[in-house]
Amino acid sequence: MSTAVVAAGGGHVEAAGAHAHAETNTGISHVKLAMWAFLSSECLFFGAFISTYLIYRGRDRAALESAGIADGDLEKIFDIPFTSSTSFVLLMSSLTMVLALAAIQRADHRGTRIWLAATAVFGLVFIAAQVYEFTNFYREGIRLQTGLFGPTFYVMTGLHGAHVTVGIFWLLQLLYRSLQGQLGPEHAEAVEVAGLYWHVVDIVWIVIFTVIYLVPYS
Amino acid sequence: MTTVEQALGAGAHPSGVLARPTKTTGAFSWFTPVDHKRSGILYGATALVFFIIAGLEALLIRMQLVGPDQTVLSAKVYNQMFTMHGTTMVFLVGMPMAVAFGNYFLPLMIGARDVAFPRINMLGYWVFLFGGIFMYSSFLWSSAPDGGWFGYAPLTSQPLSSGSLPGYGPDFWTVGLIFMGIGSVTSALNFIVTTLNMRAPGMTLLKMPVFVWMIFVIAFLTLFAMPPVTAALIQVYMDRNFGTHFFNADLANGIGSDPLLYQHLFWLFGHPEVYILILPGMGIVSEILPVFSRKPLFGARVVVFSGIAIGFVGWGVWAHHMYATGLGPAALTGVGVATMAIGVPTGVKIFNWLGTVWGGAVRLKTPMLFSLGFIAMFTLGGLSGVMHSIVPSNSQQTDTYFIVAHFHYVLFGGLIFAFFGGFYYWWPKMFGHFLDERLGKINFWLMLIGFNMTFGPMHLVGLRGMPRRTYTYGEGFGWETLNQIETVGGFIIALSALVFVVNIAVSAKKRELAGDDPWDGRTLEWSIPSPPPVYNFATIPEVHSFDDFWHQKYTEDDEGRLVKLPRGASAADTHAEEHAEHIHLPSPSFWPFVLALGLPIMGYGFVFKAWWVLGLGVFVLMFGLTAWAIEPHTAEEDH
Repeated sequence: MSTAVVAAGGGHVEAAGAHAHAETNTGISHVKLAMWAFLSSECLFFGAFISTYLIYRGRDRAALESAGIADGDLEKIFDIPFTSSTSFVLLMSSLTMVLALAAIQRADHRGTRIWLAATAVFGLVFIAAQVYEFTNFYREGIRLQTGLFGPTFYVMTGLHGAHVTVGIFWLLQLLYRSLQGQLGPEHAEAVEVAGLYWHVVDIVWIVIFTVIYLVPYS
Repeated sequence: MTTVEQALGAGAHPSGVLARPTKTTGAFSWFTPVDHKRSGILYGATALVFFIIAGLEALLIRMQLVGPDQTVLSAKVYNQMFTMHGTTMVFLVGMPMAVAFGNYFLPLMIGARDVAFPRINMLGYWVFLFGGIFMYSSFLWSSAPDGGWFGYAPLTSQPLSSGSLPGYGPDFWTVGLIFMGIGSVTSALNFIVTTLNMRAPGMTLLKMPVFVWMIFVIAFLTLFAMPPVTAALIQVYMDRNFGTHFFNADLANGIGSDPLLYQHLFWLFGHPEVYILILPGMGIVSEILPVFSRKPLFGARVVVFSGIAIGFVGWGVWAHHMYATGLGPAALTGVGVATMAIGVPTGVKIFNWLGTVWGGAVRLKTPMLFSLGFIAMFTLGGLSGVMHSIVPSNSQQTDTYFIVAHFHYVLFGGLIFAFFGGFYYWWPKMFGHFLDERLGKINFWLMLIGFNMTFGPMHLVGLRGMPRRTYTYGEGFGWETLNQIETVGGFIIALSALVFVVNIAVSAKKRELAGDDPWDGRTLEWSIPSPPPVYNFATIPEVHSFDDFWHQKYTEDDEGRLVKLPRGASAADTHAEEHAEHIHLPSPSFWPFVLALGLPIMGYGFVFKAWWVLGLGVFVLMFGLTAWAIEPHTAEEDH
């Protein structure tokens, strides 16, 4: 009976660290391979919304004007220094995510908890900033129904925010397990897989940030 | 809940609510299986029920069209019927039936004991089942989807108040399809990881059976095709319910949104979807033909590479559904050429199948009949498909019954014939007994005759200008006789399906036992008992070649004649029982069921904009997810 045939592998929603050492044909664990495949699917999901935004960009000039947003006003409503700062916070959360992985791999439980918590907090800061920005845009007259910018912007960034939120819950769940003493170095892969998700969500934000804030609208 | 716990015995879950199920027999255990074979049977049985429902819808359509100016169905109900027929056949029959065969046989064919994610696999099943029930529950509000299976915006995206499609039809449709997309992606992930990671020693990628390859290819197609349509469905939902303008252009107010974007996003999914549907059928036929010709699959690697080529080129042809929208000559030329090009790997496969049968010791058993029927019918559909790639010709045929004829030849004559072949071929493996051969032959001939009577004349009425998706037609266009023939054909197909259902019952009663290897098979699933034990393989096989099981049984003499090898040397079956004790299998779980139950509840919240219902659904979903996450992988008492 060879160990290569241990058929359990995963099924656990995100963490199959316990089975990380089961041999597989590719040498990559089931969960990590599935996460890579899933993330490729996510790229197309966001790709569809980013394409929608780019195709519709500037096709609602008159509608924006009748909502009181003249040509060039949109760029003034954007607070690029502010959004850049919160984007920087989100990118730094990728660094802390890597530090959390490094910590758990060397069985540094204190470090794991600190960096997992830091990643979650950075994510929360980003979400809080998004809530602030949405409120601000709304006060400036950009509603969900305003022209084509309104729906494309809110739906795309909103879905991204939802992905960040899911990531935060995931990190908190890992943190909880770590505090319960159930997240040892043998579960490093659970942190790594969560990290893969987290990094891709960050990368998607880099693209969204570029197309919305750096490429001129109209 | 208490009865549940009593039924299943103790086994405390950290959440303290549902104990881990421990029973693996009895009716209740079907709610919690992690055995891929049981998931496969659940998928297949459910898809078969939906197949019958979709067939009844088609019969109603045929009743309405039997003569001019019929009043069997109102225009609205007619729209609901063709929409639900198409949606059901694609999402609730074609895809899940492929997943059923894939679930059951992919692990057996690669020599694995299980799939990579048994519980996520069951999650996919529950999501599919609840999604289907959710969509059909729309009939309770007389709001069945009625915007076509493609749900073109801006027809479907108009706000409820505009009255363009009264009722909640488009909302049930968008929300239901998003859920089914989630289910499809989970099963795609499962297939990809299982195929890449769990092959038996020696089973390199090119030694995998063609069926496994085709499931592997469609898993990637599903993974990449679902996101664009999900995005489009979200946008339609927003347009309809929140007054956005993703697809509802409002030029008077300067909103230049583009309905073509919906078509692009939809067909970027919709055309790969066609290959998601047909490739498993090609895989099934590629397994059946060699067995019943007693010859290896002619150019097996070419068949595999053709399947991969179809998978790639399939991404470049979606706009041939949009020839009539005025995309411009450059785009049309490119898409037209790509569409003709995709006929090449398809044609290659047809010649490979013919080459397999040619000169073989052909046994015309029912699975073989359906496979030969597949080749003939699919070729006819493929030929009219190549006709459609030619832009001017397509512009004449688009939205006529000629198109309906074409895609029924590829999908019914192709996919459904292959599925029936698969039923007759693998039934002995799945249930241990044969399906009755005589009823099977009646099943086949009725289906072949009924199918050609129904869809053959559609070519003619289509060329004579009969439009599709129109609930009635006037006298004097020369369509009456042909439509009558079609309706009679439709009932013959229904009779054929009835014969199949009778056959299931009769054969179960008769129980003509099949043994392990009734067809003298070539692939690994025939090397184990029928039905397979829960652990599949007592000893994991070592694979040396393509069609490995065949080469264990036969060798060739100097003149290339088959010589049977003595059997028994490698048989480890005698020790199966003692081995079985030590085989590690995943433990069952309730939580996929609970998690999936949250989705339809959320769905009603979305459709009726009842936010507390949505909240309840989210709560159920999060509860299931959390309980699943903290449940240990395996029950402690197992070891």
